[in-house]
Parts: sequence; C-alpha cells; structure tokens
Amino acid sequence: MKKSGKHWGGKILLGCVGLGLFLSLWQLLMATGVISERTMSTPWQVLQTFLEKLSSRDPDGATVQEHFLSSFQLAMAGFFTAMAVGIPMGLVMGYFRTARRFLNPIFEIVRPIPPIAWIPIVILFLGIGMPAKVFIVFVAAFVPCVINSYTGVKLTNPVYIQAAKTMGAGHLRIFTKVCIPSAIPMVFTGIRISLGASWSTLVAAEMLASTNGLGYMIQMGRAIIRPDIIVVGMLVIGCTGALMSFVLGCVERHIAPWRRDSL
Amino acid sequence: MGNQAKVKVRNLTKKFGDMTVLDNISFDIQRGEFICIVGPTGCGKTTFLNLLVKLLEPTSGNIFIDGEEANPKKHNLSFVFQEPSAFPWLTVEQNIRFGLETKKRSRMENDNTTEYILEMLGLKECRDKYPHELSTSTEQRIVIGRSFAVRPDLLLMDEPYGQMDLKLRYYLEDEVIRLQKATKSTVIFITHNIEEAVYLADRCLILSQKPTTVKEEVGIHLPHPRDVSSKEFIQLREYITEQIKWW
Repeated sequence: MKKSGKHWGGKILLGCVGLGLFLSLWQLLMATGVISERTMSTPWQVLQTFLEKLSSRDPDGATVQEHFLSSFQLAMAGFFTAMAVGIPMGLVMGYFRTARRFLNPIFEIVRPIPPIAWIPIVILFLGIGMPAKVFIVFVAAFVPCVINSYTGVKLTNPVYIQAAKTMGAGHLRIFTKVCIPSAIPMVFTGIRISLGASWSTLVAAEMLASTNGLGYMIQMGRAIIRPDIIVVGMLVIGCTGALMSFVLGCVERHIAPWRRDSL
Repeated sequence: MGNQAKVKVRNLTKKFGDMTVLDNISFDIQRGEFICIVGPTGCGKTTFLNLLVKLLEPTSGNIFIDGEEANPKKHNLSFVFQEPSAFPWLTVEQNIRFGLETKKRSRMENDNTTEYILEMLGLKECRDKYPHELSTSTEQRIVIGRSFAVRPDLLLMDEPYGQMDLKLRYYLEDEVIRLQKATKSTVIFITHNIEEAVYLADRCLILSQKPTTVKEEVGIHLPHPRDVSSKEFIQLREYITEQIKWW
C-alpha cells in the first residue's frame, strides 16, 4: 500500500514537473520576444483572463462557465448517442455475419465522410439549432465506436469461442459471455477516441451560427484578436478532455477489473 | 462389451481438399476408460478431437456417444485445449462455474461442484483471482477443473501439458487421474509424449502416418500410481515408441 502511494506520488510529481517546464518555456519564449505578444499571450495573462471570465460576460457575451456548459451539453449529447448506437452496432456486426453483410456497405460509405462535410446537408435538414450540432458531434464519435467494437469481437481468441462451444454454449451465450467481455478493452479504446473526436468536432459544430459555447468563444477571440481568450477556450476543452479521459479510465477499471494492472 | 461402449467411431474419414487426414478409422471407447492417442507429429490427432466435438464435420463416417450422433449441445462434453483457455475476464471460481452455468445445472449443484473442484485442485486460496495473476500451470489447472466440473461423459484433452516442465507434468498427471477416478469420466488424452501416455492410459491408440489409421491398440494394465522406472513400464514405453516409428 505504501509502495502504491509512493508510486502515485512520483507519477503526479513527474507530471507537475513536465507541466511546469512547459509553462516556463512558454513564458521564456514570450519574454525573449521569440513569440510576439500580438500573436500570443503569456501564461499569466491567460490565467488572469480565465479568472476574469469566471464572472465577466465581456467581450463575447457569456462567462466561461456558460460557454463550457453549452459545449459540454452538446459534446455529451453527441458522444453518448454515438456510444448508444455505435457500440451495439459494432458488437453485433462483429459476431453475426448477416448483420455484418447488411450494415457494412452503409457503414463503409459513411465512414470516410469527414464530419464537417455533413454541415451543409445537416443545416438543410435540421437547421442551425442544437440538434444539428449534436448530429455533427455524433457522426464524429460514432465511427470509432463501431470500428473498435467490431474489431474487439473479431479479435476474440478462437480458443475461447471453441471452449464455450464444446461446453454446449449457443450463439447468444458465446456472444454475450465470451465475445463481449473479450471486446471490452477495444470498446474502451473506441470510446476514448470518440471522446477526443467529440471535443475536436465541437468547434466545427459551433460554427453553425452559435451565440455561446467554447468553439464560439474561440471564434470570437480570433475575430477581436484576443489570443488570451482563444487560449482560455482551448485550455478548458483540453482540461475537460483530460478529466473525462481519467474518469473513463476509472470506469474501465470498474467494468474490466481483470485489466487493472495494465491500465 | 460392444453395447457398453461410451464412444463408437465408425469408418471416420476426414479430407481437406485432396489430402486425406483420417482414413476409415473405427474403434470403441468404454465408459470410464482413459484413452491416450499417440502418433507421429501431424498425423491428425487434433483433427480427430475436433471431429469428436463437432468443431469440424467429418467427410464420411460417424461418431456415436451413448448410441447417438455426437453433439456438444446434447452430450456432456468437455475439451481442454493445448493453449491456455481460461477466460481472462472471469475469476478462478467464475471460470469453474462457466461450464456448469452453460449446462444450466441447478444453483445448488453449481455451488457444491464448484467448492468440490476448488478443494480438489487446491484453488480455494485463489478463487477470486484472475488467470493473469496466476502461473501458467495454475491457469491450466483452472481449465482442467472447469472441464471436470461438468462431470463430462467424455473429456477430451489435447496435449494439455505440452508447455509445462517435467515436475509440473507429473503433478498435473496425478491430479487428472485423481479427478478422473473421482468423477468416473471417460477421457481421451492426446499426447506426443509416450511416457505420459503409458503413465496415464488404460489403453493407448497408436495412429499411423497420414492418411491416418489406427495402427494398434495397446492395453496398459499397470496399477496407479505407476512407477516410471519399473521394468514393465519401460517395456511398454519402448514398445509403443517402436510402433510409432514409420521410418
């Protein structure tokens, strides 16, 4: 137990040192004029803007929390819908040949289309409101969910399937008790990629005539040449993504306890 | 005698394209018998086991278990593979329960049998551990326990100790004999290790080179535990080795 605590302490310390070095380098490049103050703000200015934006709606019409909440709702709505549709679809496609033959052609056509390319058609169908943005995030998050779940099932060690078969297990039991648990690590990898895709597509989704959201905040920062606001928006997205990835790791450790050592 | 046979193999032939792997094989296995199948490498021993559990379909011929066509869903079969096959997402106890739950046994039977097997194999201490936390030999013991737990009518073992050292082999061989006697299971055990075959079997089936036929059946009537250095043991081992030679 002591060793484990020490191990975690070391990990956190090393992470803090890395972060500190990055911030120092950033400050140094600004102080020496390598990066112009017209194109970038110092870490200190970014921190000040962040603290100000916690209570001030200037200059983009909303506090950082309001922007965050709007984006978070949007990203999560798209992300969870993608998980709810994509994971079962991938799992079923991986095991049942008929489902694979039925769904694969549609999926293979949809897969290479970049989420941003959907924007014009989505505006025509869904307008410029929340559903349209959620759909764009959904498209981005859906593809990794399907591919990873599908691959997870396909990569199930045939010996496990044969062992279950020889014990008299039918297709449903093999699918639910062998293939799905075996696919869990790959499913979680897919969820992680989807989560990243959700946040990265967010900015594109918020270009659809938004009045708030972190993507909108970044866009406004660019329009009024305020790099500090841009960086605050970027860092909030980055920190939220990192936090959610951490939460996802905890969920995975809980759902897949046999992988605890490798997580 | 013929009526008591647990397994009847009749005119079994398996071809892969033009290549005949098993050629018109026929033999019987009695209830509660421990059969070892030995033969040259690549003669089709694993193919034969895969046919028995219907992982492969024969080109012609039949396999009957208790007078009915072999069917894993109908018959109580179990298979121990050469590769470790304990499910990594299940604990030791859950692995042992898997077969029982698949066979839809009663909850009480599941509990009692699981306790019995955990006790027999000395796995009680690690019942809540996952296979990756244990050694390869313990993992193979889990698989053997899982197979015996369903009290199979027929247990098929495909070189289960192929990757283990000599000491562990002896230990696990004794364990298998103990479990087989206790559960009165019929076992077909494939091995390329002649000493292992003589140590375990009531009868050895010697297979020929491809296209494979049963070259000879050798009864081994030595009491357990067998002394590997006894004169009779060595004579049997050497005789079977001679019969396997095809050059």
